Amino acid sequence: MTAQAELNPAGAAEQAAPLLNVNNVEVIYNHVILVLKGVSLAVPEGGIVALLGANGAGKTTTLKAISNLLHAERGEVTKGSIEAMGERIDALSPNELVRRGIIQVMEGRHCFEHLTVEENLLTGSYTRKDGRAAVAESLEKVYHYFPRLKIRRTSQAGYTSGGEQQMVAIGRALMAHPKMILLDEPSMGLAPQLVEEIFEIVKDLNQKERVSFLLAEQNTMVALRYAEFGYILENGRVVMEGAADSLSENEDVKEFYLGLASDKRKSFRDIKHYRRRKRWL
Amino acid sequence: MEFLESIFILPFLDIADSPIFFLEVVISGVLAGVMYSLVALGFVLIFKASGVFNFAQGAMVLFAALTLVGLMEQGVPIFFAILITMAVMVLLAILIEKMMLRHLVNQEGIILFMATIGLNFILEGVGQIAWGSDVKKLDVGLPDKNFEYGGMLLNTLDLSAALIAAIMVTVLALFFQYTGTGRALRAVADDHQAAMSVGIPLKSIWIIVWSVAGFVALVAGILWGTKAGVQFSLVLIALKALPVLILGGFTSIPGAIIGGLIIGVGEKVVEVYWGPAFGGAIEGWFAYMLALAFLMFRPQGLFGEKIIERV
Repeated sequence: MTAQAELNPAGAAEQAAPLLNVNNVEVIYNHVILVLKGVSLAVPEGGIVALLGANGAGKTTTLKAISNLLHAERGEVTKGSIEAMGERIDALSPNELVRRGIIQVMEGRHCFEHLTVEENLLTGSYTRKDGRAAVAESLEKVYHYFPRLKIRRTSQAGYTSGGEQQMVAIGRALMAHPKMILLDEPSMGLAPQLVEEIFEIVKDLNQKERVSFLLAEQNTMVALRYAEFGYILENGRVVMEGAADSLSENEDVKEFYLGLASDKRKSFRDIKHYRRRKRWL
Repeated sequence: MEFLESIFILPFLDIADSPIFFLEVVISGVLAGVMYSLVALGFVLIFKASGVFNFAQGAMVLFAALTLVGLMEQGVPIFFAILITMAVMVLLAILIEKMMLRHLVNQEGIILFMATIGLNFILEGVGQIAWGSDVKKLDVGLPDKNFEYGGMLLNTLDLSAALIAAIMVTVLALFFQYTGTGRALRAVADDHQAAMSVGIPLKSIWIIVWSVAGFVALVAGILWGTKAGVQFSLVLIALKALPVLILGGFTSIPGAIIGGLIIGVGEKVVEVYWGPAFGGAIEGWFAYMLALAFLMFRPQGLFGEKIIERV
């Protein structure tokens, strides 16, 4: 694949192997609960890709399958393969994945609440071996993107606000010097203004630091505004994919996820009926 | 009336009567307290780093002491015997991780606690099958002499125990607060999964922390064993560590020390001066009463991490 790309530099730009490639992955929890029924997706280098869908659609499971945090919840990838940078990564431990530059920011922030903000950030550099100076530099960079954290650096993370904790969680991941961040539901429980602020920073990081993002979100409208490409999951399957703007123009997406009715307002009964008839399965 | 007098008046008269003797009682309390602290420290380490209340800490003390004595009985020189015992404790940590903790990642604290109860029985059993259950004398060459200083009777063994404990505590506190590994240990204590997500390998962290706890158990085992002989009842000193932990807080290394000192001193002073009023033997239950009072009014202990609740 890479050899071909070298032979044919013209096609390389479009054909470049994606940074992350998920092929037909199936995940079973507790040996019986089938959660993902064959999910495939790709994240290009330097891209922001949104993974959309309702509660329980399998977004978090997909991210955890990639970052290999499933094991702790008794989940298992039973079919399919996951590749990053041209290598199979399904059997790698989270520790090795972080070393290779793939790190997850978990849903619900999960700060270390008894550690200070700065200590939280420093835990992100655990896998790095490039010395204190480089880590200190990354810390400054994180403070540059999240100036609020610098002000609160000595506070215990458990006492900071929800928005600040989300910043800590993202900043902590940045400290690992990642190529790619799997960002799970950053908007959860945050005021709309804060959501915008966080997404602006994500965009900034993407453009200036060349960090790729795979972004699981329920807040479809915001996610599609910042992402370039989107996948819609329903019941553990990808039911629709496309460029972000085409998705946000799509009538069904508008109807189901953005809550916008296209033509005249239908009665509630019609909507229910419509939904039931038009499930994407 | 007489009873009230014996509680509120007579003890203080006694103290005023002979301050030197009071000081001697306090010092013997401090030294006993240091020994409690040492056992409590093992609990704190594991609790801090993995959120597990390790019921088997007492058994680890016994196991370490038994192994050491057993080796010395085989004629192994002291220094090597200590090294080998340390290696055994590291091996034990690895086994615990492989056979127990690994399978219980992200489970409730209470489930891990139950697992350590099982571990407790295994260690007690294996230790005694391997080395026998007789009371054994342990002598690692620490001086054990009484001497007088300023009218007080002191013991060199107690003093060296206090010194060793003080050094260990300082080193451990610095390690937890200022090193990357220490930070990772605290992170794991707060949130296993988040720690995994930032690439902290739980397996090696757990091996480290159980090894350190094993080392602390070994030191406690040596000191207690020298003092009281190596025997099954060493397991019971773990019970004395409980009120120490409740007082000092489960997550605080300095708390374990100060809690130990309060319990140690309190026990001795109360026994000597208030004992007669209650017919003696207060030493046995005073610590638990104190712990009970703490549980009611300050459940996180004196120095424990506050339970953070956001609304």
